[in-house]
Amino acid sequence: METSSATSIGEFAGRHIGTGADAQSAMLAAIGYDSVPALLAVAVPDSIQLTDAESILPPAATEREALAELRGIAARNRVHRAMIGLGYYDTITPAVIKRNVLENPSWYTAYTPYQPEISQGRLEALINFQTMVAELTGLDTANSSMLDESTAVVEGMLLARRASGSASNIFLVDEDALPQTKALLENRAEAVGIQLHYTAYDMSPPPDDIDVFGAFIQYPGASGRVWDPSEVIGAVKAQGGLAIVAADLLALTLLTSPGELGADVAVGTTQRFGVPMGFGGPHAGYLAVRSGLERQLPGRLVGVSKDADGHPAFRLTLQAREQHIRREKATSNICTAQVLLAVMAGMYAVYHGPEGLKSIAERVMFNTRFLASAATDGGHTIVHGNYFDTLTLETDRSADDLVARAYEAGFLFHRVDDNRVQFSVDETTSRDELMVLAKILGADAETLEGTVPGHSELSAWIPKGLLRSSSYLTHPVFNTHRSETSMMRYLKYLADKDYALDRGMIPLGSCTMKLNAATEMEAVTWPEFAGLHPFAPEADVEGYLELIGQLESWLADVTGYDSVSLQPNAGSQGELAGLLAIRGYHRSRGDDARTVCLIPSSAHGTNAASAVLAGMNVVVVACDELGNVDVDDLRAKVDEHAQELAALMVTYPSTHGVYEHEIRAITKAVHDAGGQVYIDGANLNALLGYARFGEFGGDVSHLNLHKTFCIPHGGGGPGVGPVAAKAHLAPFLPGHPMAQRPNRIPEGMPVDLDGGISEHSHRNVVSAAPYGSPSILPITWAYIRMMGSEGLRDATGAAVLAANYLAVRLREHYPVLYAGENGLVAHECILDLRPLTEATGVTVDDVAKRLIDFGFHAPTMSFPVPGTLMIEPTESEDLAELDRFVEAMIAIRAEADAVGAGEWPADDNPLHNAPHTARSLLVGEWEHAYSREKAAYPVTSLLRNKYWSPVRRVDQAWGDRNLFCACPPPEAFA
Amino acid sequence: MADKTTFKFTAEHEWLDIDGNTATIGITDFAADKLGDVVFVELPKVGSSIQSGKVVGEIESTKSVGELFAPVDGTVVAANGEVTGRPELVNEDPFGAGWMIRIEVADATVFDSAELMDFDAYVALVGE
Repeated sequence: METSSATSIGEFAGRHIGTGADAQSAMLAAIGYDSVPALLAVAVPDSIQLTDAESILPPAATEREALAELRGIAARNRVHRAMIGLGYYDTITPAVIKRNVLENPSWYTAYTPYQPEISQGRLEALINFQTMVAELTGLDTANSSMLDESTAVVEGMLLARRASGSASNIFLVDEDALPQTKALLENRAEAVGIQLHYTAYDMSPPPDDIDVFGAFIQYPGASGRVWDPSEVIGAVKAQGGLAIVAADLLALTLLTSPGELGADVAVGTTQRFGVPMGFGGPHAGYLAVRSGLERQLPGRLVGVSKDADGHPAFRLTLQAREQHIRREKATSNICTAQVLLAVMAGMYAVYHGPEGLKSIAERVMFNTRFLASAATDGGHTIVHGNYFDTLTLETDRSADDLVARAYEAGFLFHRVDDNRVQFSVDETTSRDELMVLAKILGADAETLEGTVPGHSELSAWIPKGLLRSSSYLTHPVFNTHRSETSMMRYLKYLADKDYALDRGMIPLGSCTMKLNAATEMEAVTWPEFAGLHPFAPEADVEGYLELIGQLESWLADVTGYDSVSLQPNAGSQGELAGLLAIRGYHRSRGDDARTVCLIPSSAHGTNAASAVLAGMNVVVVACDELGNVDVDDLRAKVDEHAQELAALMVTYPSTHGVYEHEIRAITKAVHDAGGQVYIDGANLNALLGYARFGEFGGDVSHLNLHKTFCIPHGGGGPGVGPVAAKAHLAPFLPGHPMAQRPNRIPEGMPVDLDGGISEHSHRNVVSAAPYGSPSILPITWAYIRMMGSEGLRDATGAAVLAANYLAVRLREHYPVLYAGENGLVAHECILDLRPLTEATGVTVDDVAKRLIDFGFHAPTMSFPVPGTLMIEPTESEDLAELDRFVEAMIAIRAEADAVGAGEWPADDNPLHNAPHTARSLLVGEWEHAYSREKAAYPVTSLLRNKYWSPVRRVDQAWGDRNLFCACPPPEAFA
Repeated sequence: MADKTTFKFTAEHEWLDIDGNTATIGITDFAADKLGDVVFVELPKVGSSIQSGKVVGEIESTKSVGELFAPVDGTVVAANGEVTGRPELVNEDPFGAGWMIRIEVADATVFDSAELMDFDAYVALVGE
């Protein structure tokens, strides 16, 4: 087989893969192999290599063909005006934000801001988001986004349990919570032994003997009800529980904030701040806490610190809370969340400002009021007298009839039951639509037209004590960028600070920062994909269901599994879904005692955190000096826990970037003892087309569509973490109470293990929306469609070739840790910097920060081994960029040697002082032991193309010790 | 300040400055160095009883989390409020101002029966 090359125009694989035939020949010569297949034949163990490469994937389409097909699929979706509400509202994405953020690779191809110096733009954008959430909710600290509202509620519940100090295991839940939130709470609470008690909070005064560790209130309620929960909150807190309020941020521009009502925690979604519904996602959820609970926050938190020159600089703060440090002691498995969407929502607030947001909210409320009059006029009863944007009607005619009449006129209402209907107004609702809606409701629109209320009446409608009087979004950033010119330039100013794939390689090991092709991104913003409500009727979403069905079957095919669920919104949620499936399987067989999850010491910390959240006990398996699972220790642990063994979680290829030869023996040992094998798909990019998880012992895996399958990292989200399983686990994959289609149970599987198919469709829900984040699925669909099975296989070959090329080129300068028995690595390689540090004092940090001066994003630092760099070039980088990286690393090695030889002082050299800003080179006298040219232009290629770090090295400790997580005053930057 | 060469040490890199029935406890310079910049210290409440081998506190750095283990059974009689306010003291002066807790034991002989090392044995352990 010939390796791929950029040959004829139209062949996408040749565009996606950075190295053509000539480059690959040169690279192969450097490492001593004749061809890519010859290399892979040696690198991939015989025991797992595909014997039968047959695939159901259609032959590769060109970019033009794929888009035409996607157009056809999109045409089968029907965009009605969705007024279903329930946490999803139509919204207007300001075009300046759509074009300059959502469709701009400077934002969507960036990675999570682990390297703060080269991420100041999106860190500032996230600080805006955090400030917006904290101020609107009236709480002190907000994190930088959650996966969605319902998972944020779950995280709020878990936070309450650990922070309350109450011995109770009971959590009080609002009967008027969103249905998807209830489903998620039920699934997640059960796994960790929490009991849920539902209440309508209708006893006044609230009883003073409620023994709960926390209580959840939806504000306004799912039915639209606006009420004052402060008494309930007071009663819960009085007996030691925490109060968690899910609040609609738009409503909070008019209503008293949760913080002012006494809440400890506020959660919700920021979707209606300019992020399209997208049939369910992605959107940024949020979580904010009162002072004193900051360290309990799940997810990521941006804080302010200072750089080496004392200038303010942003960074991720309190990272030691996170699961990659605390492993099974972690309190949440949430890693990165929804950065791109959080940036959009934050920018929506920047663009509209406090007055703009308030006027949108007022308009929504006036229009709702108008429809309430129309409904009353039409003979319906308004169930709740106080509301913001949502009305629940009681009708003496049939609810179905009203919903059907709305549908015929182009509107989607939500049928609550036989005689109740609800609908929600949003910022897009127009005057013409109001007239049509009034008619549907049976009112005489003409008579009503004169009755549209005026602003002065607002205070009369909002219950006493709930009219917001406190200010919000007073920082200049929310009060400056009103013109599109100003907004465009602010977005450009921020984007220019950051290093994303549009500047150069991001060789982060285990992150797979490959090309996110423009054609793949095209369909994301098409209205037929962006404009659909997640609970739209099946007839409206046929195109989506077809795309989802195809994608599920393709992913099952390439991984050797039988069934796939696209619901998990991140790898961590895929892990959780997979482990919950294993748990459900064991319990369905009466094996309730199987709760032990074996996890190798080299595993990513998220594995352990997910296992705990799935109700399992983690037992750590040792690794040998090569980083492989210690098979003897594994057998010992399997024997020791044979009766309680639930699962082994193993990453393949290993987190050390090596194809373990013993993998079949490992999976067999676990199966023999009655356990299930979870293979973490983080490193699938080294395997696609050469081996399938399901064929060498995997029972279930999660994949990362944001790694292997081209969904961009978005600067730290969105992600999609589908879970794929063998047939026996398929009935336990995530379902959803509002799914348009029940889960497909493979043929021959019993569908009523304990309750019939409808029961299954509710099982193990892990995301708010039935299909997770569908609007970004066309990206992966297009990638697979345009690559075909051969293209995918070629991509794997090119990725493994690139990693081995870097290993060989750099080996004499830095030792390469861990190679397989044949001396080869998989798709990434680990450079050991510990000997260098020992000899010269130069640290991993110094090298990583110096790479910035050379125009590179650092590789993964100190994972999985402290004191090392893990490099994953992916297939998308071309040979020139790989060689530029090699050149930089060799030059850095020489600089380190000069430090070691005493040519430069240990505390004054280009490495120690990296990165260098233009300001640090130009302002004041230059009094360093090396020249300014050496600092900024260590290699000549930089003369033509230089990236300047906007800040110098950020002081990590100062930021953690002096926690500040909101927009700093402008004077700070003087 | 007491002389660290007179301290006792645990394999968990904690030091004990024993005075009759009480002991002041902190972590060693070796441990502080391994953790890196300490940014947060959580200590048990004064008056709480502690059990040998159990985690009683947390020492968090920018990149890692260390735990404070109780070396013997006893009662906490003092917790260093200075160090919770200024965690960098753990790095700056681990054997002095960076102390963590003071405990009281019912019977001073528990210090003899616990597996504690003297200074030389500890230095040998960490290979300095």
